[in-house]
Amino acid sequence: MATEVTTARQAPPTRRRARGLSYNAKWAIGFAIAAFVVFALYQWFLPNANANVQSFFNDWAPMSVLDECMVWMICALGLNVVVGYAGLLDLGYVAFWAIGGYIAGWFFSDFVFGVSWSFFGSARPGEPGIHVNFLLVLLIAAGFAALAGVMIGAPTLRLKSDYLALVTLGFGEITSQVFRNGDDIFGHNLDNGTRGITPLDPIKIFGFRLGPFDLTYQFLVMVFLVAVVVFVSLRLRHGRLGRAWLAIREDELAASMMGVPLMRTKLAAYGVGAVAGGLGGVAFAAHINAVIPDRFDFSISITLLAMVVLGGMGNVWGVMVGALVLAWINANGLKQFGTTFNSSFHTNINFPSYNFGLFGLILVLMMLFRREGLIPEARTKLLLREPDRAMLEAHGAEVDEVEP
Amino acid sequence: MAATITLREGAPKPKTPVWTLVQIWVGRLVLVGVAVWMVYKLVQVGPAQFFQSAVDGLSNGTLYALIALGYTLVYGIIELINFAHGDLFMLGTIFSAWVLSDVLNQSTVSVAGWLSLVVALVAVMAICGSINGTIELLAYRRLRRAPKLAPLITAVGMSFILQQVGLILNGSTPKQWPSVLPQGGFSIGGVQIAWTFITVLCVTIPLLLLMSFIVQRTRRGKAMRATAQDQDAARLMGINVNRTISFTFILGGALAGAAGVMYQQTVGTTAYNLGQQLGLIAFTAAVLGGIGNLTGAVLGGVIIGVIQGVNEGLPLLGQRWSQSVVFTVLILLIIFKPEGILGKPTTEKV
Repeated sequence: MATEVTTARQAPPTRRRARGLSYNAKWAIGFAIAAFVVFALYQWFLPNANANVQSFFNDWAPMSVLDECMVWMICALGLNVVVGYAGLLDLGYVAFWAIGGYIAGWFFSDFVFGVSWSFFGSARPGEPGIHVNFLLVLLIAAGFAALAGVMIGAPTLRLKSDYLALVTLGFGEITSQVFRNGDDIFGHNLDNGTRGITPLDPIKIFGFRLGPFDLTYQFLVMVFLVAVVVFVSLRLRHGRLGRAWLAIREDELAASMMGVPLMRTKLAAYGVGAVAGGLGGVAFAAHINAVIPDRFDFSISITLLAMVVLGGMGNVWGVMVGALVLAWINANGLKQFGTTFNSSFHTNINFPSYNFGLFGLILVLMMLFRREGLIPEARTKLLLREPDRAMLEAHGAEVDEVEP
Repeated sequence: MAATITLREGAPKPKTPVWTLVQIWVGRLVLVGVAVWMVYKLVQVGPAQFFQSAVDGLSNGTLYALIALGYTLVYGIIELINFAHGDLFMLGTIFSAWVLSDVLNQSTVSVAGWLSLVVALVAVMAICGSINGTIELLAYRRLRRAPKLAPLITAVGMSFILQQVGLILNGSTPKQWPSVLPQGGFSIGGVQIAWTFITVLCVTIPLLLLMSFIVQRTRRGKAMRATAQDQDAARLMGINVNRTISFTFILGGALAGAAGVMYQQTVGTTAYNLGQQLGLIAFTAAVLGGIGNLTGAVLGGVIIGVIQGVNEGLPLLGQRWSQSVVFTVLILLIIFKPEGILGKPTTEKV
């Protein structure tokens, strides 16, 4: 609460919907075309292209990296619901990612011993373990993640923002430690501990079996999941719940006075965000064909936060761009840039080791100079800008600087 | 009209929602369960080992207290959880190793060793204090009027930048350093007390007294307290608010530096990711004692240290659950008693 402004923040006039296709249809078609172009490029064009083109794509943007970017995108979109829409800082988002991953590990592999149970699964008959169909695993993971989100949210959401950040952080750390120590919980091995669960079942959708190397088809699955999350985010954003989230983000007290049920709305943000995290977890586990607890540490939460902040809090498209850029830098871009830089300038700098500083720098610089992100949402821009005094007083507001 | 007034006057207290009651009772049950379990363990292993592990924990606890003070000072004055503070402590350990082992080249117990410890203490406190002051100047000061999310995210970013500095200085693997402190110790009634523990006490207690002197007795301290209460009023009274906040950051940084030197000397390792863990533990300590309360931070640090020591020494859950234990304490605390042990309950639910 740096400045409390008594003037109403005026939202920009909403754009009138153009005739013809609705906004939803438009983005869906654009999205589908973009996804298909990428798919076609990697599936049909690249194998027949000449060696130079092939090696360029292999170096700078191999399919596996794109798949990983999609996973990050799913999670970043989920975090965007919590941080961007509802304005609740969540520093333990990786917990939901981990929960999704382990749901996949349990229901989608031969890890569970002594049972041999298949439910439209892709395992051969007689294989041990629980093998549930990929789509159902997604549903289960979404359910469990939402449950976890509500469970952590219920007691903590009445806290002030900085305490909430801390509690979520603690929750994230506890979750990852539980999974890391899970090989010996009262003598039971729940998840192989640090060794992780591997391998997972191949994805099987509508009779197609995707092995770990069918990366382009995996890409389609990931893109589909991204589309689902985007669709849900956009629809919710324009609906009653989304407007309630924005109201809470902008002024909690005013929102509750207007009859927005604070707890229920915040919990919904947590639940929806967690669902995306769970989906991302399953997708990631299926992508790397393993669940490894070391992949679920605090820096993941921060990277996701950086994605949301970089892209523009609250703007779905901005967050997607932010996720794409940062995930690519993280997975491949920085390394490849380093290789190119070192070979052309004959230096020997270990670029990937600088990604800590890079992400920190992104967070700090964005907060200092462009708080609304690269592709800002109009409302966020108004919200995060500090109104200057003259403007406030022109509105007849009392400038009341309470404890910054 | 009258009806509304009587309604206001005579209305019964609003009933606590069932869900909140359930939460409260679950929380109490958990606490009772933990207490019972601890007593059971105490009987099982005998008091000597219990006190031994408590003393071991106490040694860490005094260091946590130093770090927690930095958190509590900054939070008290600008209500910011300075996530970068733990990493500042980490840089303190690295600088300490650098000053003592590389610059002064001390690795044994000697008079020169003691002197260089003092030199290192002063130098590292100065370095860390100025780093913290610089961070405040460059980043937080510009965000004074920004919405709360902004400085919080900036602090997280700063923590990563400091970790990067630590990574460059220290390398990605932990390093082991020689100590100038005497090893071994003496025993009281079967409880071994290390000399290093005594040294830590000899350094931290004067520092804490100095701190409380600065805050309670000096003009600067008065300005700090005034700024913490109401910045505008403080400014009207002629207090240079920006300078006071800078001073607070420098003070907190210096304490983190001192903690860094003592940690490096007693534990002997430096690692670039040390700050994150210890910083969070120290923050838990600050919350436990009542954030913004200086005595509370020290008390909280000691209590958390003892809890951790008992957990690892008895062992209750053992070292591999250490982080979870501390965070569980933190979460339960924030939910059920957010004002901490010594803090004043505020009307606003944190």
